[in-house]
Amino acid sequence: MIFDTTTAIILAMLIPLAAMAGNMAFKNMPNLRDGFTFLCAVLTFGAVLVVLANEGNSVTSEFSLIEVFPGIDIAFNVEPLGLMFAIIASGLWIITHIYGVGYMRGNDEKHHARFFACFAIAISSVMGIAFSSNMFTLFLFYEILTVSTYPLVAHKGTPDAVKGARTYLAILIGTSIALQLTAVIWTYALAGTLDFTQGGILVGKVAGWVVPVLLGLYAFGIGKAALMPFHKWLPAAMVAPTPVSALLHAVAVVKAGVFTMLKVGIYIFGIDFLAETGASEWLMWLAAYSIIAASVVAMTQDNLKKRLAYSTVSQLSYITLGMALATSMGALGGGMHIAMHAMGKITLFMCAGAIYVAYHKTEISQMQGLGRVMPITFGAFLIGSLSIIGLPPLGGSWPKFLLMLGAADTGHLIIIGVLMASSLLNVAYLLPIVGRGFFRPLDDGAPTKRYEGPVLVWLPPALTALGCFVLFFYGGALQSFLLPIIGQ
Amino acid sequence: MAGTVSPHDAKTLIEQLPILQVLVPFCTAPLIVLIGNRHMAWLLAFVASVISLVISYVLLTQVYGGGFISYQLGGWAPPLGIEYRVDAANALVMLLISAIATLTLPFAYESVKDEIKAKDHTLFYACFMLCYTGLMGVVITGDAFNVFVFLEISSLSTYVLVAQGAGRDKRALTAAYDYLIMGTIGATFFVIGIGFLFMSTGTLNMADLADRIANEGTNRTIRAGFAFIIVGMGLKAAMYPLHLWLPKAYTFAPSAVTVLLSATSTKMAIYVLLRFLFSVYNPEFIFELNVMFLVFMPLALIAMFSASFVAVFQVNFKRMLAYSSIAQIGYMLLGIAMFNLSGLTGTMVHMFNHGITKAVLFMGVGALVLRTGSSFYNNLNGLGRVMPLTVAPIVIGGLSLIGVPGTAGFVSKWMLVQAAFENGWWFIAILIVLSSLLAVVYVWRAIEVLYLSEPAQGTKMAEAPMSMLIPMWILAIACIWFGVATDLPLGAASTAAEVLLSGSFGMVE
Repeated sequence: MIFDTTTAIILAMLIPLAAMAGNMAFKNMPNLRDGFTFLCAVLTFGAVLVVLANEGNSVTSEFSLIEVFPGIDIAFNVEPLGLMFAIIASGLWIITHIYGVGYMRGNDEKHHARFFACFAIAISSVMGIAFSSNMFTLFLFYEILTVSTYPLVAHKGTPDAVKGARTYLAILIGTSIALQLTAVIWTYALAGTLDFTQGGILVGKVAGWVVPVLLGLYAFGIGKAALMPFHKWLPAAMVAPTPVSALLHAVAVVKAGVFTMLKVGIYIFGIDFLAETGASEWLMWLAAYSIIAASVVAMTQDNLKKRLAYSTVSQLSYITLGMALATSMGALGGGMHIAMHAMGKITLFMCAGAIYVAYHKTEISQMQGLGRVMPITFGAFLIGSLSIIGLPPLGGSWPKFLLMLGAADTGHLIIIGVLMASSLLNVAYLLPIVGRGFFRPLDDGAPTKRYEGPVLVWLPPALTALGCFVLFFYGGALQSFLLPIIGQ
Repeated sequence: MAGTVSPHDAKTLIEQLPILQVLVPFCTAPLIVLIGNRHMAWLLAFVASVISLVISYVLLTQVYGGGFISYQLGGWAPPLGIEYRVDAANALVMLLISAIATLTLPFAYESVKDEIKAKDHTLFYACFMLCYTGLMGVVITGDAFNVFVFLEISSLSTYVLVAQGAGRDKRALTAAYDYLIMGTIGATFFVIGIGFLFMSTGTLNMADLADRIANEGTNRTIRAGFAFIIVGMGLKAAMYPLHLWLPKAYTFAPSAVTVLLSATSTKMAIYVLLRFLFSVYNPEFIFELNVMFLVFMPLALIAMFSASFVAVFQVNFKRMLAYSSIAQIGYMLLGIAMFNLSGLTGTMVHMFNHGITKAVLFMGVGALVLRTGSSFYNNLNGLGRVMPLTVAPIVIGGLSLIGVPGTAGFVSKWMLVQAAFENGWWFIAILIVLSSLLAVVYVWRAIEVLYLSEPAQGTKMAEAPMSMLIPMWILAIACIWFGVATDLPLGAASTAAEVLLSGSFGMVE
């Protein structure tokens, strides 16, 4: 009980901003700058842990910073889903920062200060998203996250990077302003409030065709959830340096998307209301399509990061699917998948970056035999892959299990089939990478001495791979932690 | 302390504020010419505008919650005498105008030195103050003919100010000439409209006009007057399709003049439109005419899309912003056309928010012009890296122009979309958000030029001088501040909207 919860939440948002200021101030002092950011990352994580220690998995009442429109405040509260998201993002920030320093230095990238400054703003807005207690506040930070990550995607400044960043911005800003904002204001006009409320705020306020249409505006408007056909930004964002892909495009940004999706499903519409009206039925089928289609596209990609990006598109739709199933098991499974997929996918991305730093390889076809010279990296990649596939004893197995239960609850046997097919597809596009690395011979003339790159680059993925194991054993604890979101 | 004031029994300075609001800048102008020193000229103008800003703020606090102040000029009781009448609607506009002028003057100091010949500086500041007097007078007065008088004061001085751009680009002369012709036609239409009203009612006091029109009902003369007034003011407000003077005037005028014009002069015209639409003619009368729905709305929508679309393809930063202004004026007209409380609040608050947003953007361009001598994109490559402190406020202004949440521009868009939903016009709501996407395109084009292109070889430019940076940053911070702490503009705007909708000219308590 070092601070009260309110102070801790505010600190969790302010400390990353201090990191940003530090990066500006110590622009030309690399060690001081990066050390300071590391300190800030640890403190941010600490602040979030204080919230956890204070509140556990209870849902607190909101505190408001300022009233923007009559009845609409910038306000925050704690609830399990958001707290979990905050813990993941701030915890992984520490690891990614270490990795990022190794990557940026090992790779001779430029403009480090700008890079880490934008990174910190992004983390600050993720904290805002995680703790926001109404849709307005969430939307505000959602947009700040988009704008602050744009310079990161465009970081290299090459024509490719500029083009990728343009796609990134066009899709994310386009969907959020054209669709999500419309949905938010419409919700406000209908319900007279935007507060996240257990059981939803739309019950009794709308009926008929409006419900699926409004849900559609949200589902497509939350572009960060990468639901097809608005998924193109994610592969386009792969031009960014790998630490960005790792933390932001495997954890923070995409998870902010599906997190918003779950929040909307659970607290704006209400799971029961969705089940009653059947408004999310179409979304379930679309998510199922997205899962399969993105996996199939992933198989055709030779660029490792692009393949992982399509894999992310597919995995994000698990979470959307969990919400659209409109059962408590589905919502729980979706919530857990945020954590499990984050841990697995960040491992994979950091491995991809390590390969790039050590050998400058980006295409899978060039990676034969690399497992022999970087066994730790490829070992971590294997564990991450297995977790994504959903094999025990790795964390990724729990959400799949819960989602299947949810599908069985609602009698959607086809969805169970989709989930199983998707696991098989995961095997088909992830494991050959590992196989190629370990079992194929090295290219002629390639160095055969073991070299994993700098320690800061191979250690972090090894740690997160370990995390995938640990999460398996804490799966039950996580599930009971999340129970309040389904009203239990 | 809302109420009626006659100067003869006014005991305190506070009670004399409405007339001082016009007199201070008005007396400064000849004083500047008499003193004839260009540094003193700047200083006098700046002091006058600061005084005026304080007056605006005090007046706004007095009418913020409702009510009005009526000031009888020379002690002659209205409707015979001229009356100045302050309520929430015009107090907010006055605050905007005086704040912009106060911030523009420090900016102008360096910019004017660079763009205008030294011997013209004193006259420039004198004209600046006259223009400012005119703007203030139009907004504060409660007398229809007095509006015309002040309108001409501000217009004539504006033509001179625009023409001052000729030192840098001779096309400023034709721009000023175009503006002169169009502006005069507008003013003439306006005065013809006033004439019709006088013919039919025998009065020029706005409150009295409102009474008589309400009591006597309408006739063809009154309706013809209405048409003339709308077209005349529409021209001054650059309402589509009467906007042709605007892009040229904004592009070729000296930077400081563009800042003042873009942030205040069209807003003043919109204010007068609102005043006549709602306070002089009463709302039901307009509704009968269906002018809102059949004229304002389609024109507003066309402006929002066509002007934004044109802005996308501009290669001159200043010209791009000018077209964007036409589109933004479309939003304000759309809010009027919604004809409900949220819509009018949206219009009022967008006047304020767009005022500060465009001011920071035009100042930013002005600062770049000072350093590079050009506002064409191909001369601005990569400047974001060379002069980060100068370009960052442009980015903030750009985000506010798009209406990204957390910026002032977002607040007004939110109000407009909400108003559309309240009317059940979800189609319009979608059009509003779609048109903001065009703003994303044209703003991002500029941002890509400023940040992502390589600076020209050997570009080594200093940041803009402090006298420019400070006002720019104040406005940039205001763009964020008023996007979050919306009390002042939104509170005043909603009071103003109530006042206007009730048609009662400030009498809402």
